Amino acid sequence: MRPFSYMRADAPKADAAASFLAGGTTLLDLMKLDVLRPERVADINGLALSGVRLDAHGLHLGALARMSEVADHAEVKRHYPVVAQSLMLAASPQIRNMASLGGNVLQRTRCPYFRDTSYTACNKRNPGSGCSAIGGVNRLQAVLGTSEACIAAYPGDFAQALVVLDAEVEVQGAQGRRRMRFAELHVAPGQAPQRETTLQPGDLITGFSVPAGAWTARSLYLKVRDRESYAFALASAAVALQLEGETVREVRIALGGVATVPWRAHDAEAELRGKRLDEASATRAAAAAFASAQTHGENAFKPELGRRTLVRALLQAKQMEA
Amino acid sequence: MPDGIGTDHQRIDGRAKVTGGARYASDVMLGNVAHAWLVTSAIARGHITGMDEAAARAVPGVLEVFSHRNMHGAVAETEFFAKGGYVGSTIRPLESDRIWHDGQIVAMVVADTLEAAREAAFRLQVEYREEQPAAGFDAAGVEVKAASEGGFEDPEVGDADRAYGNAEVKIEAEYSTPTQHHNPIELFTTTAHWVGGKLELHEGSQFVHGLKNGVAAQLGIDPADVHVVSPFVGGAFGSRGSLTQRTALVAEAARRLGRPVKLVPTRDQGFTIATYRAETRQKVKLAAGRDGKLQALVHEGWEVTSRPDPYKVGGTATTARIYACPNVRTKVNLVHADRNTPGFMRSPPELPYMFALESAMDELAVALNMDPVELRRVNDTQREPIKGLPYSSRNLVGCLDAGAKAFGWERRNPAPRSMRQGEWLVGWGMATSIYPTHIGAATARVTLLPSGHARVQTAAHDVGTGAYTAIGLAAAEGLGVSLDKVAVELGDSDLPPAPVAGGSNTTASVCNVVMKACDEIRARRAQGQQGAIEVYAENVPEGLPPEAIGKLYQGRNALGGGLEGGKQAMAAFGAIFVEVRVHERTREVRVPRAVGAFAAGRIVSPRQAHSQLTGGMIWGIGAALHETTEIDHRTARYMNDNLSEYLVPVNADIQQLDVIMLDERDSQANPLGIKGIGELGNVGTNAAVANAVFHATGTRPRHLPVRIEQLLG
Ligand SMILES: Cc1cc2nc3c(=O)[nH]c(=O)nc-3n(C[C@H](O)[C@H](O)[C@H](O)COP(=O)(O)OP(=O)(O)OC[C@H]3O[C@@H](n4cnc5c(N)ncnc54)[C@H](O)[C@@H]3O)c2cc1C
Repeated sequence: MRPFSYMRADAPKADAAASFLAGGTTLLDLMKLDVLRPERVADINGLALSGVRLDAHGLHLGALARMSEVADHAEVKRHYPVVAQSLMLAASPQIRNMASLGGNVLQRTRCPYFRDTSYTACNKRNPGSGCSAIGGVNRLQAVLGTSEACIAAYPGDFAQALVVLDAEVEVQGAQGRRRMRFAELHVAPGQAPQRETTLQPGDLITGFSVPAGAWTARSLYLKVRDRESYAFALASAAVALQLEGETVREVRIALGGVATVPWRAHDAEAELRGKRLDEASATRAAAAAFASAQTHGENAFKPELGRRTLVRALLQAKQMEA
Repeated sequence: MPDGIGTDHQRIDGRAKVTGGARYASDVMLGNVAHAWLVTSAIARGHITGMDEAAARAVPGVLEVFSHRNMHGAVAETEFFAKGGYVGSTIRPLESDRIWHDGQIVAMVVADTLEAAREAAFRLQVEYREEQPAAGFDAAGVEVKAASEGGFEDPEVGDADRAYGNAEVKIEAEYSTPTQHHNPIELFTTTAHWVGGKLELHEGSQFVHGLKNGVAAQLGIDPADVHVVSPFVGGAFGSRGSLTQRTALVAEAARRLGRPVKLVPTRDQGFTIATYRAETRQKVKLAAGRDGKLQALVHEGWEVTSRPDPYKVGGTATTARIYACPNVRTKVNLVHADRNTPGFMRSPPELPYMFALESAMDELAVALNMDPVELRRVNDTQREPIKGLPYSSRNLVGCLDAGAKAFGWERRNPAPRSMRQGEWLVGWGMATSIYPTHIGAATARVTLLPSGHARVQTAAHDVGTGAYTAIGLAAAEGLGVSLDKVAVELGDSDLPPAPVAGGSNTTASVCNVVMKACDEIRARRAQGQQGAIEVYAENVPEGLPPEAIGKLYQGRNALGGGLEGGKQAMAAFGAIFVEVRVHERTREVRVPRAVGAFAAGRIVSPRQAHSQLTGGMIWGIGAALHETTEIDHRTARYMNDNLSEYLVPVNADIQQLDVIMLDERDSQANPLGIKGIGELGNVGTNAAVANAVFHATGTRPRHLPVRIEQLLG
């Protein structure tokens, strides 16, 4: 770890010279690994950005709300189950108590080559150096949205709930406040994997709004992982459904654990809209979701697992009482 | 009832542990201590060509940068523990520019503060000339040697190949088990402190007398000038049994700097500066008659080790002897690769090799269309088949009966995929557990005061097992006092020596010698001796030479018992029954319940024994489903060297576990009839899980850990 200067932010404002510190569960971890070397750390925990509010327009979440607080929130659980579940199924109780929503969506990939500085080749860490994960230990890495430059998976869970419900993110930039679609926050690696979001240096996330919709109550997050808790997703699916009888009136699908960014599966949704939801249509939707998948050795199982995960999630959402 | 062997009692050190009163090596903070930080190699094979220390030395507070440039020759070469020495790896870091494995210590920075040492370590620039490493089995450049070349006796009897050829029912399969790391929660901390030419070491250890003598040999000093303090050990599992090379380096740094030095390595450094469980590949052939009686058993293993050290797992020594089988052939091969040296890890031989044997037994049961419990019963024996030695006691059948009954095994439908609950396929599997019973030469001093208080002093180790309590109970019984009157002192090399906390021997070795001392005290009291009575006792178990005590004082273990030597075979047995659920679509494997029934001699401290066996079974579940060290085969580097990605079971993975301890009296094994249980619980559980997965899915998992991708097909 390297020395840095520490200060407490006293107002929600952009700060291009600093790394913001919220729960620290990503930032400090990567500083100890020498992956991140900020010279200035601005602690934002004193800012009033922690509310959780539901109203007729939707759900409003402050950037500093803790994962555990939202995961345990009775009304969030009832009206936006996918949001609560994506948080509850993430990390461990200790981390959920510490980690903030703003930090959560900006968590960095768990690709082991990104986290291990003894590998020179990592385009994310060291632009232009190559990708060690291709041909290496990549069981957990992505099969959707990859490029020859990077296959690092986006590891988080909550972001899938935000993309699936068309949330917006509120940002305090140097030029003032703005809102944008959450789906536009993360960018696929392409040829520049070092650029992970559309945020400008110094931008501060202040909160998220999830619009109300007829599909939010019948929503869920299904996470498939190597152990029952405290593990990143091998594959996950966030699903929100509006049914008329057995027919799909509206459906939203996002996939986690399999893609380089929080992944909205529009093709899969198109397969289902207006159709009866059953094993056959769910299977077709799952096939569409992974039509563009590219695998690399150890992660060759992911498209199949991802498809099965999505089918299971869709059929489970259909059974929900909502 | 007075306290004694068999009393259900909480840990006598439990309160200190949960209130922070127990001081582990990592808690020790001496005055004026300097802090060390390790720099480890980024390559697995090659040479250091340059080291730019300027930026590191410029960090305020840095005292010294130790590397091969200034440490060459400081630590003497000593023998590998398996050849009679002390060290778990003969690779001496900081001796030269040579890199033998990834993560080898290449420098140690010492500074006034931890922060300065760490910063300086990050600023140290090391240049390497890299050669292509061989990471493991399939790599070009590995060297394969028969373990017999190093003196290992491959057990063999009859003509297994002919019997196999002639048999009616046979199976043949290949299995593999992965590299695993102990990951004790306490890191590999060492604090070294020289006082008037004498070295004091604070380090979690499974063998303080070994550490004392080993470090003395490495540093060329008199063992009498080394004092090891290790009253509490934050987990060990074999990783603190033989010496790691870091201890001598810290001691040497402290000597040169003239002040205490404390090293707390990081979690990932623990993966490469200590030992680990070797990866294995195994081939098993079993043949039987229609009645299920084994006619041939062939078991071959290949194990990864380092370039210089012939560490051997060698589980065939057990698998060849567990069932009645007239024709057995086994062979163990070592595959030398560019890796750090592996070593003991809880049930070192049995965990991987019994996985293969007990999986193969399940495959044979399927081929025979026979119940797997019945197959074990049919092949039970009171004599091990290689030399025909009688078991001192063996109640595998009792374990099978008790376990099957508690589990409800008779309700099992033998057909794979026949049982389910909702969307989950249900599978029931079982396996035999065995662990050889060891007992070593040991010494102890027991003092009884006129007040009725007693003190037991022996350099045994409580590595979290409950040894304090078990030893206390033996003394309470021996002296006829209650446990709260007994003070137990362990883990200090100034105390009379006891064997390594390995091979599950501690309870048997130490309780027997403590009882001997207590008997003497009682005899003297009966003769009318007044006042405080202090007795020092030595115990050399049957079959060991009298020099065993002298050797123990030199930090060399003499363990007797087991399956191979002497006039009898000694082992504890168990039967493990496991239920798994496998999701019909996404194939996650979960374990809702397991039952283990064990016949393990006289149980000294039932509550701690229960905990050991339960913990062992949890470990076995982890070995089956979770644990594996991921290796980049291009660089021979460990990639998941942290507790987030090195998976072990979490609370949510463990639901119902039942442990049954059968009453077993063994008058042959040792005077108190004690068998070791610390390692018994995790043997067989991995196979029971895999067998249950087969029963649930119809897919036979032969490679651990069993993960989703093996079951999607
Ligand atoms: C062992 C482990 C297991 C985990 N398992 C999971 C899991 O299963 N699922 C999952 O989803 N996550 C998991 N995580 C990730 C965890 O959820 C994130 O680390 C956490 O949510 C980050 O939040 P934080 O507040 O601690 O962020 P910090 O570490 O404080 O910040 C993270 C990053 O975001 C920036 N930042 C923080 N807040 C803001 C803001 N308001 N505006 C702009 N930038 C900001 C920081 O500068 C930093 O770059 C795991 C983490 C660990 C360590």
